[in-house]
Amino acid sequence: MTDADGSAWRRRSVLAVAPPARPRKLAKVPFVELADGRLQGVVSSGSDVERVYVSSLTASTHAYHCSTNNNRPCGGLRGAPCKHLEALAEEAVLQYGVDRVARYLRVDVADGVRSGSDLLARMDTRHEPTSAAVVFSRFLRHLAYLELPDSTTALPELHWFPATGAVR
Amino acid sequence: MLSTQVAQLRQGVPAGLADADAVVAGFDDALVGGFARVGDEAATALAALADAVAGTPLRDRVAEAVGKVTAGSFSQEDLAALAGARLALLGAAHDALLGQFDAALGRERASWTAPVGVPAEGSAARGAARAWLHETAVAGWRGVDHELLSAAGAPVEAALAEPALRRLAVLLDGLAAELQASLPVAMMSQVPARRWADLWSRAVLLAQNWSVPGDESETITGRLLPLGVDLHEHGTTVQVQVHGVLEPADGQPARLVRTAVAAAKVETITGPAVWRLLQAHPNLLAALAQRRVLTVTDLPLHGGDLRWLDAQARAGEQADPFATARLLLAPAIAAATAPLDRHPTAIAEPVLLEGYTTRQDDDGLTVEWDDQQLPVAVDRLPAAGPLTPALVAASSCCLGLLRWDGGRWLVQPLAVRATVKRKPVEAHNGDWAEGVTDPKVAKVEAKAGDAVAVLRERAGRLLRR
Repeated sequence: MTDADGSAWRRRSVLAVAPPARPRKLAKVPFVELADGRLQGVVSSGSDVERVYVSSLTASTHAYHCSTNNNRPCGGLRGAPCKHLEALAEEAVLQYGVDRVARYLRVDVADGVRSGSDLLARMDTRHEPTSAAVVFSRFLRHLAYLELPDSTTALPELHWFPATGAVR
Repeated sequence: MLSTQVAQLRQGVPAGLADADAVVAGFDDALVGGFARVGDEAATALAALADAVAGTPLRDRVAEAVGKVTAGSFSQEDLAALAGARLALLGAAHDALLGQFDAALGRERASWTAPVGVPAEGSAARGAARAWLHETAVAGWRGVDHELLSAAGAPVEAALAEPALRRLAVLLDGLAAELQASLPVAMMSQVPARRWADLWSRAVLLAQNWSVPGDESETITGRLLPLGVDLHEHGTTVQVQVHGVLEPADGQPARLVRTAVAAAKVETITGPAVWRLLQAHPNLLAALAQRRVLTVTDLPLHGGDLRWLDAQARAGEQADPFATARLLLAPAIAAATAPLDRHPTAIAEPVLLEGYTTRQDDDGLTVEWDDQQLPVAVDRLPAAGPLTPALVAASSCCLGLLRWDGGRWLVQPLAVRATVKRKPVEAHNGDWAEGVTDPKVAKVEAKAGDAVAVLRERAGRLLRR
């Protein structure tokens, strides 16, 4: 990018700053986000439809934790990230692309890093219990969007946010 | 739109546009560094903003605000004055550009007559938004961190809870998500300075205790002939805005109007799935998918914005949008934009382009006549519809919106007629409003599963505990 291009870019109002999330199957991992300095999300239990696991991985320390939403620790944590954390990392890569997840988690992506488990393997992770409450409430807030009423008054600010992505 | 009209449009750059653009760019750069400590360059840029409005009623208020911000001790009211001055410049740019467009096309435009707004009672949500926007201005885009972004949650949630503040909520949510995705901003090689300053200053104005009359003064009955669909989307909102020609039942001249429906969503619901969130508007979706005319009864009209009430609409006979454009677009009377919404980005004028060829090169896709070109806004082709860059490249006829960004006019296609494998093809953005009609895309969709249903099931089990 030349300087001239850079200054033209800076003066554009409509730019795809954050590429849209890519669609993925939501049944197993209904919620993934890069927020609050963590990769965090919610993984549905394979055996009990009423139960979900809350998993998180801190970007700055690579500390991880997984528990039920009632703070009961996940039985799969035995000195290494459990299958829920692996699923979380895999789905994050599907949703955001490996580069964005790696940048957020401050992992240097060398050749051959493609999947969430590749990313986990590159990190010097350690276990550190955290409360599930923050992440779980963010998940509930996320779901609450689907309960909001429609708007039939024009939202003019959305002209800054064109729907995009027709790259078939 | 003819090549002579395109020529007139591209030649007649309004006087003063470059100067206004430079003043705005200076302000935008100052906001990148933040107002915690205003350096010499930023102080010069702010002084230029004050100078630019010195001949207007904003003069004293803006001069005072610039003085305070430069001195490092400023209030939310001072920031509102700066946002207002910036908006006034861009509003003037909007008016000049639109005037140039109207002159080139011979489009008649009614002047603005509706009330602009009245002071409103304060609300906690607005106060929280103002406080967050103040902190953001102090930090500057380079200073945005996780903590500041986590603090955006409260004003967004509060504004979402008040239907009258949906615009503010949707805007703040979109801005915060974009900043979140850009962390650490200090590591970005370029900051989208204009874009973020646009969003910030609009949010500052929407967060003032001011209300635009919600209940429109005028209602209208007649036939709405859709021209095309403009889709807007960010992580948590999707909006479908239909541009069309309204023929009033009382025999008044036809008008160019638009109507919008929006739904809240989450970022994993995207592509063609977004149409499923809008099923509360079956008549509108049917008219789009089946290309039908809509008969509407007593719909409120505010400027050119028709408020959509699906129960007061009925989908009627088939209507080809290209025929509508050819016969009814030129004589239809356009509406003025609400004064506070004026900004070059708000320009979205329906046009019909014919008899062109297309060219794809390093600068992107352009449509061309003998000696005239218009770039195509390919990043405005939605995944929720059948238009693709390849289809636009193969087209010879296009219904689109003329837009202005980055100092040039662009065309955003809403529908095209093309020749693919020697067969004529027609595609419109709204074709999939009632479901995907392309078997290949439908298969991919089916494989991904129904995101809306999965999340509603989760919400049903977990939300009401």
